[in-house]
Amino acid sequence: MLDLVWLIPALPLLGFLVIVVLGRRLGDPKAGYLATAMVGGSFAVTVAVFIDMLSKTAEERAHVATLFRWVPVGSLQIDLAFLADPLSITMCLFVTGIGALIHLYAIGYMHGDPRFSKFFLYLNLFVFSMLMLVLGENLLVTFLGWEGVGTCSYFLISFWHERDSAATAGKKAFVTNRVGDWGFMIAMFLAFEAVGTISYGGINAAAEGGMLSQSAATAIAMMLFVGACGKSAQLPLYIWLPDAMEGPTPVSALIHAATMVTAGVFLMTRVNPVIAVAADWVPTLIAIVGVTTALFAATIAVAQTDIKKVLAYSTVSQLGFMFLAVGSGAYVAAIFHMITHAFFKALLFLGSGSVIHGMHHEQDMRRMGALRVLMPVTAITFIIGWLAIAGVPPFAGFWSKDEILLYAFAKSPILYVVGMATALLTAYYMTRQVIMVFFGEARWKDAHDEHGAHGDFQPHESPKVMLLPLVVLAGLSIVGGALQLPFSSDLHFLEKWLEPVIEFGEADISGTWAYNNKYVLLAVAVVVALSGIAASYAVYSKKKVRPIEPEILANAWYYDRGVSNFMGGPGRRGFGAVAWFDATVIDGAVNGVGRLVRGSAGVARKAQSGYVRQYASAIGVGVVLLLVWFVVIRGIL
Amino acid sequence: MSPVFAAVEPTTTWYLVLAAVLFTIGTVGVMVRRNPLVMFMCIELMLNAVNLSFVSLARQLGDIGGQTTVLFVMVVAAAEVVVGLGIVVAVMRRRPNATADDLVELKG
Repeated sequence: MLDLVWLIPALPLLGFLVIVVLGRRLGDPKAGYLATAMVGGSFAVTVAVFIDMLSKTAEERAHVATLFRWVPVGSLQIDLAFLADPLSITMCLFVTGIGALIHLYAIGYMHGDPRFSKFFLYLNLFVFSMLMLVLGENLLVTFLGWEGVGTCSYFLISFWHERDSAATAGKKAFVTNRVGDWGFMIAMFLAFEAVGTISYGGINAAAEGGMLSQSAATAIAMMLFVGACGKSAQLPLYIWLPDAMEGPTPVSALIHAATMVTAGVFLMTRVNPVIAVAADWVPTLIAIVGVTTALFAATIAVAQTDIKKVLAYSTVSQLGFMFLAVGSGAYVAAIFHMITHAFFKALLFLGSGSVIHGMHHEQDMRRMGALRVLMPVTAITFIIGWLAIAGVPPFAGFWSKDEILLYAFAKSPILYVVGMATALLTAYYMTRQVIMVFFGEARWKDAHDEHGAHGDFQPHESPKVMLLPLVVLAGLSIVGGALQLPFSSDLHFLEKWLEPVIEFGEADISGTWAYNNKYVLLAVAVVVALSGIAASYAVYSKKKVRPIEPEILANAWYYDRGVSNFMGGPGRRGFGAVAWFDATVIDGAVNGVGRLVRGSAGVARKAQSGYVRQYASAIGVGVVLLLVWFVVIRGIL
Repeated sequence: MSPVFAAVEPTTTWYLVLAAVLFTIGTVGVMVRRNPLVMFMCIELMLNAVNLSFVSLARQLGDIGGQTTVLFVMVVAAAEVVVGLGIVVAVMRRRPNATADDLVELKG
């Protein structure tokens, strides 16, 4: 069964190729069902591989399936190979599982779009790339997927490219990601230089065996972290993710919440032995960047009015939590939170998509309200997602967030306090969103009149094909926490499953104060979550306190504007100077060499008279001169 | 054989002098004549002057290597004549009466 692992990415690729050829003929909705079936088939294969893997011992679970030698250049030998191990199969399970659900949802959401089949073409290509990314056995195969998901993300963000903002957002995402890709490439070069291979097996074995020097490990880990920051939207490269909300909502759910943006966390987990060998400040820096991003994005989410922007900043914030986990050596918790986050954030995005669909493409929460009556299924599932992300037990998000904060506390109480503040804000802004969208008075009636539209406007519940994924994801958001319950080590299913992969890098916190008092921390987490909800309820539902939504937060601390002002002002002048240097000095040197050669050749060519007899004379004279040289001057003979 | 001739038995030096004379005639011919065919013949003259000195010295030194080299030179010269005459004929077809000085297309 493990040899069938190549089928997992092959099926979405097949779907992509079929839609490339027959997409227009299949049309709406057959192309959507085909794409969904392919990802669903991929999920079935993954489940089969997973079951097969469960029947093996922990040592036998890592399996390399080599397709062919891809790059044979001297000592650089790279295979196109897949690594099926607990980590990659975990990733595949939720990528294909959630991917299939979102494909199904998109059939309803994209119904009637003139480029319906093209949308599914990109979606299938994305799933293929994402699976290449997680299944890759070496950095280059992962990089192939890494670039593939970046490209698909670009295509899908600017899917409605008639809208100027969508086209710009796509470009912004692409360019920002290039910065991260640079780090990834440098890391690849460094790994080859230091270890002589870029396969994960080789790099991790070198790190575990002490063959990798600390300085090399530090450089590789830092460069990979730069790559991860780009892809996973961490400070200072997060700016593309909020803008990426210009894409259709299924895209936001699949790419910009559940799967692609977690690639950075996956990569960090994959190379956890390298991070363990690197200098001590590397994991600390990762944790600080993570927790700073988490708090920073959470403060921004408090003041957003666009239903999707709130979720976008929330995603940035939750990804920050995952990096906090990576930096604290809590790789299991990072993957755990990645999975539960994929459940509830995909659910929230799809729920917001259902609202947008029902509201005829209205995204401003100030024009919503009281939708629970008209959209009961969406409202109930969205509320489950809200409870999960806010950290209310026993929903999934509570357990994974708590696990991260436990390890953060063991690393440094400061990280824990900042993380807790973020959790408080998370509960606050998510409650705000739920109240603004589903409760209170219905504001869409006035808004509709303001638009000057005519006829009876009535938000409506979405079709069944969209509601089914919501219900499934809501179920997963409730029970997802069961993967890893803190009460007894018998309940650490995920940890046991991932152990062969993360054994080396995972921090050991047993015996620390945090570990011995974990129930205290659990209780604190519950109190914090509930007080966040209560505060938000008092502000937005009871209206006892005026909401605090300062301009600076609505504008994301002016970070985005600052970046563009800097790039448009001094940055642009800097680039202008570089361009001038290139055109004048570099090109000048190159052209100067050319002019020099032309000039000297112009003189030398005069010797070529074209008269054969003259050449013969020259040879004759030359021979005589040589004779004179040898005989008279050197005295030979 | 008359006694006059009997007194002067030709030595290797004579042959070398003859070779030098032939070589000089060939060299001067290549340099001063413009008819491609004549220039060609002059080159052959130079080659055969060298051949003559090869065999003379080979005989004097008793070294078979010199004679062997001559055979190689003759073979290469024959091949060279085929190519060279082919070119000359082709040029003459297109431009009758052309001299070597008229063919200056490769002038720098």
